[in-house]
Amino acid sequence: MSLALRDVSRTFGGVRALTDVSLEVNRGEVVGLVGDNGAGKSTLLKIVAGVIQPTGGDILVDDLPVSFHSPHDAREAGISAVYQDLALAPQRDVVSNFFIGKEMLRSGFAGKVLRRLDRPVMRQRVVSELNRMKTTLPNIDAEVRYLSGGQRQSLAIARAASWCERVLLLDEPTSALGVAQQAEVLSLITRVAETGIGVLFVSHQMADVLAVCDRIVVLRLGKVVAQINAKTTSPEELISYITGAATPLNTDTTEK
Amino acid sequence: MTTEAVTITVKRVAGSRNLLTAGVLVAICLVFTVLSPFFLSQANWINTSTTMTQILLLGIGQTYVIIARGIDLSAGATLSLSGMVSGAVMYNLFAPYDTVPEGTAALVGIIIALAVGLLVGLVNGFLIAYLKIPAFVATLGMLGIASGASYLLTNGQSLSGIPPIIGEVGNHNVVGWIPVPVIITAVVTVIAWYVLSQTRFGERTYLLGDNPDAVIRAGVNDRRHLLTVYAISGLLAGLAALVAMGRLSTASPTAGSGAELQAIATVVIGGASLYGGRGTIGGTVLGAAIVTVLLTGLIIIGVPPFWQVITVGIVLIAAVFLDQQKEIRAARK
Repeated sequence: MSLALRDVSRTFGGVRALTDVSLEVNRGEVVGLVGDNGAGKSTLLKIVAGVIQPTGGDILVDDLPVSFHSPHDAREAGISAVYQDLALAPQRDVVSNFFIGKEMLRSGFAGKVLRRLDRPVMRQRVVSELNRMKTTLPNIDAEVRYLSGGQRQSLAIARAASWCERVLLLDEPTSALGVAQQAEVLSLITRVAETGIGVLFVSHQMADVLAVCDRIVVLRLGKVVAQINAKTTSPEELISYITGAATPLNTDTTEK
Repeated sequence: MTTEAVTITVKRVAGSRNLLTAGVLVAICLVFTVLSPFFLSQANWINTSTTMTQILLLGIGQTYVIIARGIDLSAGATLSLSGMVSGAVMYNLFAPYDTVPEGTAALVGIIIALAVGLLVGLVNGFLIAYLKIPAFVATLGMLGIASGASYLLTNGQSLSGIPPIIGEVGNHNVVGWIPVPVIITAVVTVIAWYVLSQTRFGERTYLLGDNPDAVIRAGVNDRRHLLTVYAISGLLAGLAALVAMGRLSTASPTAGSGAELQAIATVVIGGASLYGGRGTIGGTVLGAAIVTVLLTGLIIIGVPPFWQVITVGIVLIAAVFLDQQKEIRAARK
């Protein structure tokens, strides 16, 4: 498997935010992570992204234990995150945004000495990456502020997926979008997974999670109360686990 | 409207911003030409273009700073201090310039002026990028410190005892029409344009002004970048001090007073946004031309000199107002 958590816990002061959480994200798989406010979704996401460190348990990448001391460590291990603020520069075009911090220089004297950007190659790379993910943006020379919310979200996901080797973490990618735009982003998530990347999809929206996920992990009060096959469950079942109406007896019902 | 059409419109708007500025410049020139036959003379061209070099050099530094979402209020005071320290060192070490060649004394002065400017810029950058003091406060404080220090050096007196060669070169006009400071400034302008629009450093300057968090999250050393941006502004203030010394053959503690207003006006008239992420060297060149022509033109038609500052202030506010109106209209569409 690509990414696995084994009994990961995290306390803040005396408060247990996460208790013995175990989950896996395999290559090409979309795993949903749902739960009520305060269930520990954000904490879990931050731990996997290297923003905060667990106080117990192990993170395994390709079966080897790793420890992330910063988001940089996580990225090195092939794990990137897209947060709700998207981290886009509104007054720059799509190409510039795709390459923030990774701008390409020309080869030879122009690049090494004159430090000249290689915009044609950067632009070509954006076109080919968007093609690879079978997604389109109307115009990659447009300033990002003129894109719709869905297009911005798609850009942020495509950018992260393009630089990501193993697992992509998505924090509420559809929550601020209209219906058509949600569909656009959801189909991009599916296609990102088809390229062989594992996706951990944090969301409040049951319909969205059910639409794209292979498996759904339900967190309640910092614990995994259910791991459910998304193809055989219903919004009602998910909600009953999230609210605690259903008990965590049938944990790990999913067939591996 | 499709997004493609939007983009084309946006590009046209961005290009038309410079076209509009150029149009205003031509209009102002036409008015002065009508009002005074002297406006289109060789003497006024040389005076105006030399005056513009000082404003443009500060404006270019300010362009980088403002694009990076900062402000450098100390640029004028840095100019004064660089010139005074340079002048004082040359005068006290070498005057009356018979022990060492004049050229050597001038070279030392040039290095000192640039070094002082760079140092002030680095201190600004350190305060802002590393100690997280707001740019407005840090550079306002530096304005006070640098201008006070430049008065202290000579008790407020001007220093005319600098090597005469500086004044000779500064007032030399190549083929009678092109002042040496103009050539220096043109070279600096081309380099500044290249770095800002073609290199990774320029790209990151825009990105940092547009969304600092995005740049930081991408793992870029944002603090070092910001430090460099303020260092550039300081270094160019040092160069502007040399141009000012060359023009007047004197180092004066008031050489740069009020120049920060001109520099900021230049950049804003050129279309940069004080909220960061927007601005061009081409726009700043046009902005500097407008500010300079207003200053020298008003003198030619006999308006009392105090009106110059008032005019620049009004134009600055008007430029910001008009840009904001345009943004609001664009947002409504």
